[in-house]
Amino acid sequence: MKKTTLPIGPFHPLLEEPEFFTLYLDGEIVKKVDLRIGYNHRGHEKLSTGLTWDQVPFLVERICGICSTSHPYAYVLAVEDLLGIKAPPRGQYIRALIGEMERIHSHLLWLGLAGHFIGYNTVWMWSWRYREEILDACEKLTGNRNHYAMCRVGGARRDITREAMDFTMGALDSNEKSTNMFLGVFADDPVLHKRLKGVGVLTKEDAIAYCATGPTSRPSGVPWDVRQDDPYDAYGPSLEAGAWKVIVTENGDVFDKAVVRVLEILESIKLCRWLIENMPDGEIDAGVGDIPPGEGVGHHEAPRGEVIHYIRSDGSNKPIRHKVRAPTFVNLPTYKATCPGHTIADVALITASIDPCYCCTERIGVVTRNRTSSVTQDDLVKLSVEKTREMEKRMGRKSGLVKF
Amino acid sequence: MGLKTAALKKSIWVFHVACSPCNNCDIEILDLLTPRFDIERFGIVLVGSPRHADALLITGVANRHVTPRLIETYRATSKPCVCFLFGACASGGTFFKGGYNVPKPVDEIILEEDPNAIIVYIPGCPPKPEAMIAGVVKALSVL
Ligand code: SF4
Repeated sequence: MKKTTLPIGPFHPLLEEPEFFTLYLDGEIVKKVDLRIGYNHRGHEKLSTGLTWDQVPFLVERICGICSTSHPYAYVLAVEDLLGIKAPPRGQYIRALIGEMERIHSHLLWLGLAGHFIGYNTVWMWSWRYREEILDACEKLTGNRNHYAMCRVGGARRDITREAMDFTMGALDSNEKSTNMFLGVFADDPVLHKRLKGVGVLTKEDAIAYCATGPTSRPSGVPWDVRQDDPYDAYGPSLEAGAWKVIVTENGDVFDKAVVRVLEILESIKLCRWLIENMPDGEIDAGVGDIPPGEGVGHHEAPRGEVIHYIRSDGSNKPIRHKVRAPTFVNLPTYKATCPGHTIADVALITASIDPCYCCTERIGVVTRNRTSSVTQDDLVKLSVEKTREMEKRMGRKSGLVKF
Repeated sequence: MGLKTAALKKSIWVFHVACSPCNNCDIEILDLLTPRFDIERFGIVLVGSPRHADALLITGVANRHVTPRLIETYRATSKPCVCFLFGACASGGTFFKGGYNVPKPVDEIILEEDPNAIIVYIPGCPPKPEAMIAGVVKALSVL
């Protein structure tokens, strides 16, 4: 039978980010999926080495607009790890509160997009309508609908008022009602059952083999959650108080991925309430001065999974190396296990079900004349060695790696 | 005002071009379609092809990879068209100006391709949906 190739992208009405899919088809069945990215690479890691420690959070929050607290959160945790300090309790609670509010609006956003992908635009419109309430609360708390700029090395950048917290409580209450409605929709609606159950199953073995994280791995029965496995900031006390729990299901299909996210919204609402009720008084910022030489790693459970930031300091006022690993980087390859054998309509849904965020993922860009070239690991190592040799020559060193 | 411009201003259809944004401007654009803002009541519709579009909604800085695609998309759009540059990234570059992968600001790229292009800047990071609507209305009232 003749094979067909279907190109999708880079600007496509279904994709809100630029990326390019090639689907290899046999009839309507997708045999293989190929993905080209690079349309989003802006060189954050390099740019951040040109900014001071206090400016970097503003840059890294612009890595991604939806999980815009997760990146600065992981970054400040990395610098705090280097310094060996902890933020004052109120600062910790504020950061965690903003992180959880972000999880709620991010999951609602995904829910809407998933509805859109299966042609069920009612779900899209409704969930985005209820998302607005959360965004209003975020605006009240931080001053902006997205890009909150609340994380700062050593604590929170701004305090939040009692009035804003009361407003947030109201928004959480009304959002809980609508989320429960969505839960009811998922339990009852035969359209969603037919369309989502058994589609794109990611088995537990595959989830572990691909190192999937967050709401991609938890529906497959892999209970990984940084907030529980390595509690940081206010997550430790809230976990001890039993304010929330990690949601895990067993089937690994798109239906479970959706249900896990809806249930996580409910858990996050509970956690937000707990954080506001138990918000301690006092300082919000530890007042960090100079950053000594050393290195630090910070990780945070972003709405899409674990985000890791690594920084290295030489004692100056700027990081000399900043490495970002976003959750989509590990979640994305799972489409190799889940897509083949499904129809085109399902593949669109399956690739969306990991909630991919290409802006977060792209840490490298290759520009060549030949548009179809791809870079393998060996090529990368070769490029890196060539670059090191060139730098050694420039710096007058003879051999060996460049020491930092 | 020529006939073409007069026709352009009625019910503008828009095509969304995301050139290396952080996603946030794009989400706010999609937000415009949802019940709270609902721009379809003004006749503004998101379409699937630049050939059907009266306006391009451009977000983000254009990196080396996306620049040729942006130019191609601009060429494919039927003229006259309006280019809305959404957000601080597209309008000015913010942090990314001077980055190794960001050769030129978006407006320069478009003006090089077509010196008579109509460009509207809507600053903000991200611009609030209200600001987006206000920007579009303002631009249409001066065209
Ligand atoms: S202007 Fe701001 S919100 Fe818009 S794409 Fe740029 S960084 Fe993101």
